[in-house]
Amino acid sequence: MNKRIAGNGASISRRKFLIGSAAAAGGGLALGLNLPFAARPVAAQALASGGTEVNVWVVVKPDDTSVIRIARSEMGQGTHTGLAQLVAEELECDWSKVAIEPITAGQNLARKRIWRDMATGGSRGIRGSHDYVRQGGAAARMMLLQAAANEWSVPVGELTVANGIITHAPSGRSTSYGKVAAAAAKLTPPDPKTIKLKAPKDWKLAGKPLQRLDTADKINGSKVFAMDLKLPGLLNAAVKACPVFGGKLVSYDEAAISRRPGVRGVVRVNDATVAVVADTWWRAKTALDALPIVWDEGPNAKQSSATIAAHLKEGLTADDAFADTDDGDALKAIAGAAKQVEAVYATPFLSHTCMESMNCTVRITADKAEVWMPSQNAEASLAALSTSSGLPLAQCEAYNFGLGGGFGRRGGTQDFVRQGVAIAKQFPGVPVKMIWSREEDQGHDFYRPISQCKLAGGVDQDGKLIGLHIRISGQSINAYLAPHNIKDGKDIRQVQGLWKRGNDAQFGYTVPNLRIEYAMRNTHVPVGPWRGVNTNQNGVYLECFMDEMARAAGKDPLEFRRALMQNHPKHLAVLNAAAEKGGWGKPLPPGVHRGIAQFMGYGSYSAAVAEVSVSSRGRVEVHRMVLALNSGHAVNPATIAAQVEGSVAYGFDSLLSECSVDRGRIAELNFNTYRVARISQMPRVETVIVPTYDFWGGVGEPTICVVVPSVLNAIHAATGKPVRTLPLKNHGLTLA
Amino acid sequence: MAQLNINGRSQQVDVEPDTPLLWVLREQVGLTGTKYGCGVAQCGACSVHINGEVRRSCSITVGSVTPRDRIVTIEGLSPDSSHPVQKAWLALDVPQCGYCQSGQIMAAAALLTKKPKPTDGDIDEAMTNICRCGTYQRIRAAIHMAAGTARGGGSIIHMGGGPGQPVTPAGDGSMSGPAEVH
Repeated sequence: MNKRIAGNGASISRRKFLIGSAAAAGGGLALGLNLPFAARPVAAQALASGGTEVNVWVVVKPDDTSVIRIARSEMGQGTHTGLAQLVAEELECDWSKVAIEPITAGQNLARKRIWRDMATGGSRGIRGSHDYVRQGGAAARMMLLQAAANEWSVPVGELTVANGIITHAPSGRSTSYGKVAAAAAKLTPPDPKTIKLKAPKDWKLAGKPLQRLDTADKINGSKVFAMDLKLPGLLNAAVKACPVFGGKLVSYDEAAISRRPGVRGVVRVNDATVAVVADTWWRAKTALDALPIVWDEGPNAKQSSATIAAHLKEGLTADDAFADTDDGDALKAIAGAAKQVEAVYATPFLSHTCMESMNCTVRITADKAEVWMPSQNAEASLAALSTSSGLPLAQCEAYNFGLGGGFGRRGGTQDFVRQGVAIAKQFPGVPVKMIWSREEDQGHDFYRPISQCKLAGGVDQDGKLIGLHIRISGQSINAYLAPHNIKDGKDIRQVQGLWKRGNDAQFGYTVPNLRIEYAMRNTHVPVGPWRGVNTNQNGVYLECFMDEMARAAGKDPLEFRRALMQNHPKHLAVLNAAAEKGGWGKPLPPGVHRGIAQFMGYGSYSAAVAEVSVSSRGRVEVHRMVLALNSGHAVNPATIAAQVEGSVAYGFDSLLSECSVDRGRIAELNFNTYRVARISQMPRVETVIVPTYDFWGGVGEPTICVVVPSVLNAIHAATGKPVRTLPLKNHGLTLA
Repeated sequence: MAQLNINGRSQQVDVEPDTPLLWVLREQVGLTGTKYGCGVAQCGACSVHINGEVRRSCSITVGSVTPRDRIVTIEGLSPDSSHPVQKAWLALDVPQCGYCQSGQIMAAAALLTKKPKPTDGDIDEAMTNICRCGTYQRIRAAIHMAAGTARGGGSIIHMGGGPGQPVTPAGDGSMSGPAEVH
């Protein structure tokens, strides 16, 4: 690939050629060959090609390439490039000769988790590992310099380094990282306490909008996703689970399909799932479609969107809610206020719909189990492989790939790995690739939880908010996936973004009488984290209701908010940044209206201004969105902008679609019914990055929570009517 | 048995005639750059060119393709990532996860063949492929760049404050960088 790109003529620069080749060296050796790398763990690739492991984060090759090891998953969010920037910043290597190399979960385990956490969710990829990866880069630099100092018998303090070239000015000598790496690796690593990291103001690579390291193979079809894996003797599996959650597999008629071309067998995967295994996936899939299956759909088949809505509605007034915040006396303050405002909002289930549907490849022999998968948590995949195969962790290995979308679907649950193992166990020694059809993927997700919210506010004679009561009733992610996180029956996760305490998802207003409650109302539908998680729904509830209260108070929505934010300077600064760049209060073309919102999640502060018009026939057009973000530091502004733009498109799901429940199952099973944003619906997005450099916040998820409320507030401004339930089609509105 | 002309090479595949071209490309021919996304011609991840027209290969049976039909996949768009669309995609760092991008690039290349200077409206009409990462803004900018009608970088960034560090766009000047920084 290097030569091809280099031979491409003048328009591709040398710099881009080197970045492209670095990416190829990192991902390409491991994945591009599309061969099993079981015999040689991924992180050994750089070593096998003559590199020296200076420390676990840095391998230096004789040609001065610095291979930076990465433990976190890459699903498009740019974490690999960002982490490499942080390591390279301290390493002082030549950025044009940086390659990245993922480690495997098995290697991490074998080395006592020296690469630490591999889980990539909750916008933690960089904020959760910036310190130790920078320390790794700095320690490697110190060892490389010491090796040169030893060779020349000069004090290390007399050396300087830039772009991987070490210079001793007094004697005029210089050498490169590639030449001293072997000697450096033999040195005792420095005491971490003696490592002084650079101040962000001195950064040269971090903080810059550098191009990604992993683009070259995404534009020519050569990037190998897990779904593309080729292995000798590979078989393929298609699966179908009972369409009703909680239903069971009773029986199937294997004989009806066993003579179809390529079919190798039918597998009872678990008590609710059946798979057909064939030589190709298409043959497996079509045979599965033809397989007569008897399900016991069970009592959940009586559930529908209507029964679930009634269940949640009851929670809006029930006595079993808990108050996460109870300041002053909200009910009394509202009752005695000059003006009272009340509203009930609702948001539906949504699915992740990663472009690459759930899949994995598993091979199990008597003493080894392997899985190739796209995972947001390779260690969770390894654990699922071990428990499902019955082989100890030390005999298991999990090879992660770049994910074709993650969004929270591919993290903790690992249901797809367990299924893949159950199937492969029936074919000892044979690798079996299991791929879910789009319909299976859409029908068996861990959906964004459904909820309703009743809000009441009291405004005094001066138009100031004096009392606010928020009651959320809806499904709990923790109750479904992690009940141990619920303390004393109080699941605070469902009021994410409305927390008064902490600085991760903090409520940004001071209201003297404030009551925030949650009533858990679970359903039979599986739920899980969906990009932005509960900040999505709670951002809509709070920020749309703020606009309703501002209206009742006769105040400008921005001024109404500002008056409540004096004790929350970071929330306020981001709101002001969005308002300024969004031109709040400035004239607009006829028919165009603005909406504003601010909210906090994942340790970062976000605000948005949307410009929207609504035609007389209900055609909603979002022309422009300005989103402001304070993520503390901004490791790569270009990547941040890409994530902000992506949060707009992904956030639009809830304007466009819902996963409705019909006879206990999800009704929308493909893109013809589950509508998602396309380019024609994408507004011009401007990203305002306002880092304050005093904390480390997330990037992938934070801004999504202000996307929908700012658009809904603009629709309200355009039509005079609040939109309190989603999707927009409930109100005769369509997104143009 | 079907005979197919793929990326300028004629080859035989032994497969049921009602098999979608997508799965023949992926499973019999081994060209995995063309992706499965939906199977119902909604998402465009499987887009290929047939006789120069962009087609969704998940919804074309191999039996309906004749030996004379010229099929071009992402692997055959150029031998060296030198198609103007690919160059623009690289310059603007369009992909995030990358999964849908083969299809996006094939759709964009077909659009530029028909309309060398597409308007935003042309792009909206032709580019119906789904990207769940939401790379649409950079896709639009990259199509304009490939068409020679570029109007700046793909992302629009206003960089505020900071401890005295200037922020400069990446890139070398021959193509604008991935972002337009203000």
